[in-house]
Amino acid sequence: MGTFFDFAFTGVPYGCDFAILAVGLVLTYRATGVFNLAFGAQAYLSALVFYVLVRSSHLPVWAAALVAILGLSPAVGIFLDRALFRLLPPGATVGKLVLSVGILIAIPNITSIVFGPATRLSPPSLVFNLNEVYFHVGSVPVNGLELGPAVVTVLVVLVLLALLRWSSIGLRMRAVVESRRLAQMEGVNASGVSSFAWGLSSVLAGLAGVLLAPLDASLHSSDYTSLVVSAMAVAVFGLLRSLPRALAGGVILGVIQTIVAGYLPSNSTLSGGIQAALPFLLLAALLVGVPSMRRLEESQDPLSVCDPPAPPLAAAVRDRRLERPMRVGFWLLVVAFLVSSATWIPGDWVYELGIGLSLSVVFLSYTLITGMAGQISLCQATFAGVGCFFAGQLAIRLGFPMLAGIAIGGAAAAVVGVVVAVPALRLGRLPLALLTLAFALVADNLIFPYSWAGGGASGLFLPEIRVGSMNLSNPRPFVFLSCVVLAICAIAVLLVQRGHLGRALAAIRGSEIASVSLGLNVNRAKIVVFALAAAMAGIGGVLYGAVQQAVSPNDFVYEYSLVFVVVVITTGATTVEGAIQAGMAYAIIAQVLTYVPQRLDGLEPILFAIGTVTYAAHPEGIVEYQRRIWMQRVGRLLARWDQQRAGGPGPRSGEAPRGEHAGQERSPAIAPGEAAPIILGTDS
Amino acid sequence: MSDEVISLEHVDASYGSYRALFDVSFSVPSGALVALLGANGAGKSTVARVATGLVPKTAGRLRVCGHDTDHMASWQIARLGVAHVPEGRGIFGDLSVEENLILSFRQRLGRKEVRSAIERAYGAMPVLAQRRHQVAKTLSGGQQRMLSLGKVLAAPPKVLIADELSLGLAPVIVESVYEHLRTINANGTAVLVVEQQVSRVLQLAESSVILEKGRVAWQGPSGEAHRAMEAVLAGAARETGRLEVGS
Repeated sequence: MGTFFDFAFTGVPYGCDFAILAVGLVLTYRATGVFNLAFGAQAYLSALVFYVLVRSSHLPVWAAALVAILGLSPAVGIFLDRALFRLLPPGATVGKLVLSVGILIAIPNITSIVFGPATRLSPPSLVFNLNEVYFHVGSVPVNGLELGPAVVTVLVVLVLLALLRWSSIGLRMRAVVESRRLAQMEGVNASGVSSFAWGLSSVLAGLAGVLLAPLDASLHSSDYTSLVVSAMAVAVFGLLRSLPRALAGGVILGVIQTIVAGYLPSNSTLSGGIQAALPFLLLAALLVGVPSMRRLEESQDPLSVCDPPAPPLAAAVRDRRLERPMRVGFWLLVVAFLVSSATWIPGDWVYELGIGLSLSVVFLSYTLITGMAGQISLCQATFAGVGCFFAGQLAIRLGFPMLAGIAIGGAAAAVVGVVVAVPALRLGRLPLALLTLAFALVADNLIFPYSWAGGGASGLFLPEIRVGSMNLSNPRPFVFLSCVVLAICAIAVLLVQRGHLGRALAAIRGSEIASVSLGLNVNRAKIVVFALAAAMAGIGGVLYGAVQQAVSPNDFVYEYSLVFVVVVITTGATTVEGAIQAGMAYAIIAQVLTYVPQRLDGLEPILFAIGTVTYAAHPEGIVEYQRRIWMQRVGRLLARWDQQRAGGPGPRSGEAPRGEHAGQERSPAIAPGEAAPIILGTDS
Repeated sequence: MSDEVISLEHVDASYGSYRALFDVSFSVPSGALVALLGANGAGKSTVARVATGLVPKTAGRLRVCGHDTDHMASWQIARLGVAHVPEGRGIFGDLSVEENLILSFRQRLGRKEVRSAIERAYGAMPVLAQRRHQVAKTLSGGQQRMLSLGKVLAAPPKVLIADELSLGLAPVIVESVYEHLRTINANGTAVLVVEQQVSRVLQLAESSVILEKGRVAWQGPSGEAHRAMEAVLAGAARETGRLEVGS
């Protein structure tokens, strides 16, 4: 019994590490309406600057803390608010998630370029002597490393509760989160409140970052991301509203983890996996089991009618006369691509193009999930892994041909997709994204590490794809094979998009309640689209594995799912072309960057993360936006040409169409208080 | 000009590439009750949104309480003394009734006046007192309108812009809402009422502005507004008929 309590007491300070991050997540969500997946990255940035100031610039700890926590952190928060999140339309759950994922990816890569990738050992402590034992709880000694986060977390919660309870800022922050415009109608300076909220939450991120830095022997951004992902379960336990519940949840999680770790054998893969996956299993259980968590959607802004309508897709504004030349151009491009791949393009480039085509198939799953269903899935790389490992194991163990494995891997991923989709049916966008992330992390920790799944630490060496004597796994023939598979998948997505399911999903995206009233089977539509998307990811995963031949669980970790979301959203998740462009761009940029210095390794994710910045202005994707602009320009040129041929003056270049009243003359000015003539309905 | 609380001069406005207002000019004198009338899609709500800065104008001049609003954010316009009850839900649904009142009064009156203003609002609208801790989105449509008007009654602004107050309400509730509107105006607040239901609002308003397809089609005393409205609608019907024949 004594041992049990020893384990439990050890977990209390450990749980406070989760608690301070969870409190930060809850505060950010309450104050800004953003579930900030980048909270860990912000914490890491402050910790890194603190480290550099103390260890390299030899500043006193208090001065470095002042700069890192009270200077840099709020500045970053205010920048994120003003440059990114403020530009999003109200209620843009997907946009907020995508932006936070983009920042999560960008910050560690930018810091790696700016500060260099050196290992930073023994980070300094902010408040207590790390190794000094201050007191004992039972027989458990409590040292500075454990005491610091515990004391600071409790103090932070008390200060925040007082701030939110006794000042009106809490009320104003909640009002601004619900409707920035309605708050402004009440005379609230929404911009100021929003900046304050981001500044405050970023100070907390900075404080957490500096405080938790000594937990590990060296400073790594991935440690912060892992801690924040674990803290998500705690934040959800606090229903994303309650700071005391988040504090309690953190302690409970810490205690459970230390008890589980204490009683499970220390040298087994299963116990290691259970310990690591415990927060994510709890997260999934809370999301599915707690009714109030299912619908975490923000309230609809009553003034959203003031937003301009969404712009049309490029295909919708294309002049009909362009269709034939574009079709011919497309086929010429395909032929040129295939001929070039088979002949003069260097082998390493052809290999990367094969990777790009495989990823394009994976990215088609986002066209289904995000573009059509309006949801965000953060486990598509996991589905790709399921497809790849399932097909690979069948080929290795039972001798199944890898060509058939492409379909089998897709089917296996679809089955797993249904398993994930069924409990997710009643979830809103944010809880669904979190559930998929939890699934990805459970798979990473509890499924893929086994030799029967991902082949263990050494991974799998996949057999070649053969048709007769032809080895299709070689890069040049592989390009042809993957083009065929991509074409089949793209046609399937287009058929879904233009068919009943596509229309049903568009209706559900507009209003789920109205869709039900029309007799649409919403659940079936969601399950089918989720399964189809998982199948696409699975097929892409098999192709990805086949071209690489050697695959391991590290090829399908959850970080890839985050990167994939960012890449696809940047180019455009609403169209098939967007997915293909994303896949090819990802591979080509990766190959181009092999020519730049190694220090700039993280440039590609940074480029795509910066691309997400454009999401606020162009949610349809930057490539899709550019296509629309060019289609409109060409359309205007053609119209001008028509006018000139007809002998009349054409519209001036750059003049935008002006809606249904375009071309109407301005009415004569009417003096206030004076009866004006009726000018409408006349035959003149 | 100085006694005009709202003045629009040659105002244009757009939603993205869709142009909604063309050269709109009219004004609301201090203490007056002006009706803004027109068919669906005429641009009435857009005028209300432009007047409060919710939708930026693309051309023209907007003056509120004597101030040029060219470089003002909507919260600054609100602080000039403009209250806007928008179409549909004009309250914070996630806040309680009392929190809605506190937020409004804290901004308009300052911390010390909040409690007495809340008591005034409860006195004017007893139903709010009974539901003070209720989350506002769970109130009925009529009660939500009462909450919006309660804020105005307890802390009268210089001008109230009321957008489609009668929309979706039972006739008996509409009567009560209009009675409150009359009281607010009698207390000295100028009111711009945006309405589609012409007959009821013309009994209240001194003058009217009729919009058609984003333009001011007529403005003048309310006594003549009925005839003008019929003429506007008849013209629109002729145009629609011509379009149908043409197509």
